[in-house]
Amino acid sequence: MQLRRQIIDKLNGFWMITTLVTILVLPLVICIGLYIKAAPIFEQHSFLELVFTSKWEPSRGIFGFWPFIAGSLYVTLLSFLFTAPVCLLAALYLTQFAPRTLIRIMHPVIDVLAGLPSVIYGVWGILVIVPFVSALSVPLTGSPSSGYSVLAGGIVLAVMVIPYTLNMLIEVFNTVPNGLKEASLSLGATMWESVKHVVIRGNYPGIISAYGLGIAKAFGETIAVMMVVGNVVKASGNPFNAAYPLPALIANNYGEMLSIPMYDSALMFAAFLLLIIILVINLFFRLLIHKTKRL
Amino acid sequence: MLEEKFFIRLSALFTYSLIAVLAFIIIVIFYKGFAALNWDMVLKTPKGGYYYGGEGGVLNAITGSLYIAIGATLIAVLIGMPAALYLNVQLIRYRRTQNTIRYFLDALWGIPSIVYGAFGFTLMLFFGMNASLLAGIITVALLISPIMVRTFDEVLCTIPKGLHEASLALGSTRTETAFRVMFKQGFPGFITAVLLSFGRGIGDAASVLFTAGYTDNIPVTLDEPAATLPLAIFFQLGSPIPEVRDRAFAASIILTIIILSISLGARLLSKRFSKTNLK
Repeated sequence: MQLRRQIIDKLNGFWMITTLVTILVLPLVICIGLYIKAAPIFEQHSFLELVFTSKWEPSRGIFGFWPFIAGSLYVTLLSFLFTAPVCLLAALYLTQFAPRTLIRIMHPVIDVLAGLPSVIYGVWGILVIVPFVSALSVPLTGSPSSGYSVLAGGIVLAVMVIPYTLNMLIEVFNTVPNGLKEASLSLGATMWESVKHVVIRGNYPGIISAYGLGIAKAFGETIAVMMVVGNVVKASGNPFNAAYPLPALIANNYGEMLSIPMYDSALMFAAFLLLIIILVINLFFRLLIHKTKRL
Repeated sequence: MLEEKFFIRLSALFTYSLIAVLAFIIIVIFYKGFAALNWDMVLKTPKGGYYYGGEGGVLNAITGSLYIAIGATLIAVLIGMPAALYLNVQLIRYRRTQNTIRYFLDALWGIPSIVYGAFGFTLMLFFGMNASLLAGIITVALLISPIMVRTFDEVLCTIPKGLHEASLALGSTRTETAFRVMFKQGFPGFITAVLLSFGRGIGDAASVLFTAGYTDNIPVTLDEPAATLPLAIFFQLGSPIPEVRDRAFAASIILTIIILSISLGARLLSKRFSKTNLK
């Protein structure tokens, strides 16, 4: 009996550690797998050439990823501009000022917003945001736009990223010791002054990390952006024009990638690039959060 | 003073507007899709001419999505549950290791699903498989395993250490402690983790785009391709025919209802199961 229990314990311990290790080496395996598939393209072009040239002619073997990277950066930047103030203020309100009932309502609201599938956001974007942007384009720029544009992508993306960033900011602000704020209040500062100088200023690393992780999340978002951003290969500064972000490139062309030589390598390179960028951002900002949490 | 008033008003406005945005999204989806929603949508597979506005529904996509999400969740439970328990039972004395592992898991959570999709595709080519139910299940399982571990772990690490020590002091092995004490005590969190992963699995499109394929039939074996609900919405929206587009909106309602009920279910169940917990 005793022996049996111990054998079960050993076997089970082995199983448990195997699963944990499996999950932890997963990113490494993904990196290696994608790298191997992308390797053929490295033999013909250098990394810098792939990333910073902007000529895209797959049928002639010319792959310049810059327009796609620029498209991704542009959409992400726009979404960040929308999310940053909303998340900061909403998180402050929810942790410092809000009545208890509102907090109880907001929890499921944030959860559902975070849980809605991206394709639903895409449908909503097509139904609401695209016509809205199209209507805005004539009075603002003088030239009509179909609405399928960087701006539409940025707005839809912002709504998707808000719950994610907001959750992290709430977590960050909840760790501020009450005593600190009370000390500030007792010295005669108003509530807002205390919040501004104690809660915000004391949490710069946390706030920056939450923003950084939100940016990484926005950068990798695929379906919803792809549905509203227009998917046209050209780099232009006008937010009412279409763009072609990196994830959309991968998702749109998987069907034909086996028919053109090197095309599959190029797309796997795109996925590899995406993974590396996002993993680096994540590792960096998570480290910042973990470091500050331990203090 | 003016600044204070302004910013508090503004932050209240932003907070309430989030509720409004959620309501707006759900209302728009329901309003737009309601006209085309009927029992045929839910109960029939696409018949001939469906994509030109003919008879049929998206039963193929609903079942495909359910198969993939259920299969992937099962695999994720098999991988994720023991991993989370290991992290909180065997490693409980090593705070640094625990934190490092949590750090990596958090970073893993951030990897976008399209990357998992591309990786699943290379895996598929490597093993010589075609786009199939099995490939879809494996890819989605990889995607949701970190979510499962981290969500379950969040609950497990709040369990008081004394409970764990008491169990060991009474002579149970670490396995028994893990499954009879920690798992039982963390069960509400386990339910939440399962439902959250399931919801993520059913709603994700980018990972199954390459790996699960698309078909009008209900898959019977693991090596057949399977349609999924998000992709059904996505493809039908691309159609120039208004009837087909309307059906995409109706399918969006179905997906939204599934996601909302999962979210609601997670709340109710975890509340119900936490009643029996040791306090």
